[in-house]
Amino acid sequence: MNTTHQVIGKRQQQALTDPVWIRYGLITIAMAFIGLFLFLPLAIVLIEAFAKGWTAYFNALSNPDTLSALRLTLLTAFLTVPLNTIFGIAAAWAITRFEFPGKSFLTTLIDLPFSVSPVISGLIFVLLFGSQGWLGSWLSAHDIKIIFAVPGIVLATLFVTFPFVARELIPLMQEMGSEEEEAALSLGASGLKMFFLITLPNIKWALLYGVLLCNARAMGEFGAVSVVSGHIRGLTNTLPLHVEVSYNEYDFVGAFASASILAGLAIVTLILKSILEWKQSNA
Amino acid sequence: MSILLSNISKNFGGFAALNNVNLEIPEGELVALLGPSGCGKTTLLRIIAGLEQADSGRILLSGEDKTEQHVSHRGIGFVFQHYALFRHMTVFDNVAFGLRVKPKKERPDEATIAKKVHALLDLVQLDWLNDRFPDQLSGGQRQRIALARALAVEPTVLLLDEPFGALDASVRKDLRQWLRNLHHDLHVTSIFVTHDQEEAMEVASQIVVLNQGNIEQQGSPSDIYDHPANEFVSRFIGQTNVFNLEQEETFWLKNSGLPIPNQVGKVAHVRPHDIELSRSINQDSAQAVLKDWQHLGALIRIELVKQEADNALTTIFAEMPNDQFKQLQINKGDQVAVRIRNAHWFH
Repeated sequence: MNTTHQVIGKRQQQALTDPVWIRYGLITIAMAFIGLFLFLPLAIVLIEAFAKGWTAYFNALSNPDTLSALRLTLLTAFLTVPLNTIFGIAAAWAITRFEFPGKSFLTTLIDLPFSVSPVISGLIFVLLFGSQGWLGSWLSAHDIKIIFAVPGIVLATLFVTFPFVARELIPLMQEMGSEEEEAALSLGASGLKMFFLITLPNIKWALLYGVLLCNARAMGEFGAVSVVSGHIRGLTNTLPLHVEVSYNEYDFVGAFASASILAGLAIVTLILKSILEWKQSNA
Repeated sequence: MSILLSNISKNFGGFAALNNVNLEIPEGELVALLGPSGCGKTTLLRIIAGLEQADSGRILLSGEDKTEQHVSHRGIGFVFQHYALFRHMTVFDNVAFGLRVKPKKERPDEATIAKKVHALLDLVQLDWLNDRFPDQLSGGQRQRIALARALAVEPTVLLLDEPFGALDASVRKDLRQWLRNLHHDLHVTSIFVTHDQEEAMEVASQIVVLNQGNIEQQGSPSDIYDHPANEFVSRFIGQTNVFNLEQEETFWLKNSGLPIPNQVGKVAHVRPHDIELSRSINQDSAQAVLKDWQHLGALIRIELVKQEADNALTTIFAEMPNDQFKQLQINKGDQVAVRIRNAHWFH
């Protein structure tokens, strides 16, 4: 019995598998592509960063402008990620739990920051808050600086990273339905208890995943931030902007040292992402 | 606790799900809301629970107006069709949930909670599963856990939405019996929704028949079966043969021995078990041909064909006990004489 099955199994396998040369050909092409476009750039960042040795690397990183760029990047992420987590949960909740006119329009609107070029996103804020913009004269009269200052950077980052959390949650919450939440309410739970005891445990991995992607983008955003920041060194340069400025000034070690921090962040994000994906599929 | 619904209406867009529904349910009853799908029975149940808001009308529980009250304060136990067990909690935590979310002042301590949860799990005969997660249980077990969870908060009213709908036939039969016994012991006023008339007859002490957002009839199972208020109820509860007097069936019906009252109605509904067959045929008997028969266990269902004046064929269903059918010794294709004992008349 067993042997017959094995023979059939082998034959079937042969019938279902492509010839060897196609398999290895495709694997080689895929590997070469990944190596060329993903691995090589990463390697070059590290090689260039350490081109003049460890001391130069650490000197570049301890440069006050680099440190201030790092601080600003962390501050931006620290402000935008929690806000967008709350907005994302609220938007997902509204879309999956309520019926209201304009719901499909709102769903489309959530994706807007993804479909608009980041430069345009930044420009929107310049047109709105800039000195020539709609609110510009009122803002300067009250001595409030948004464009070419930290608030503008935070606003632009908020806009660009808004969809991440909501887009992770909406399909999951739609699929889950609201029966468990209704059951919790019928058992006497208040709205808050229902959220923290029933909803949150069910969406936690998707939520963390969304937060992680949101954070990665908040730290790495270049286009929108570049438009609103004004590139004032030590004041309004985030890490990605600092990389560009240093590079343009032929400070290669400085540029690649800063880039290595961002690359490290990307690698940590990837590792956390695959852990979360694994958790999610086992949840 | 008694339930009183007055003038409940509910629309979904342009669709009227419930149309001025008035319903009174005395304390301690086990009521079936019975009707075809889309008749509004689940909507009515959800409105009683407070999971849905009626467009108009009042809901009174024990004479107290609960119309505006939030679902979490109504003191209602709700069992969902697909159980809605909390998937990230063990069976024990599921049942304990209602006790643990009580406000601090009313919340029992963990030892009391544990005692109560185990007592409830014993009641549904599943205490041995207390540390499992819902996806490790069978459908019937999940349903019983959902019931235990609803009972933990000592609800004054128990509402069950198609409680046996997602279970296979044999489990369903056991659970029906079990639910009736449980109700007998606990005596909490209960309403369950079903589209299965057999289930309603078997479990409920009262049946409310709903159709297109209206209540067609309310009464005990025997009331509803023996005295259907209208054609819809008669057709929906059990099988029935329909004879239309206007379509030249008068002569045949008279021959069948059916007493035709004056001015009661023009449509006769005859239950299959009210039809008698015999082999002694004469020219005055109402005749039909045996087309087929099915063995239903204790009963035999007989399919008869009657030829109309215009040569069209009408099928009539009769039912009789097994041994009676054997005594008749009839075969497919035989002519038989039909006698009708009883009918319900509708306009």
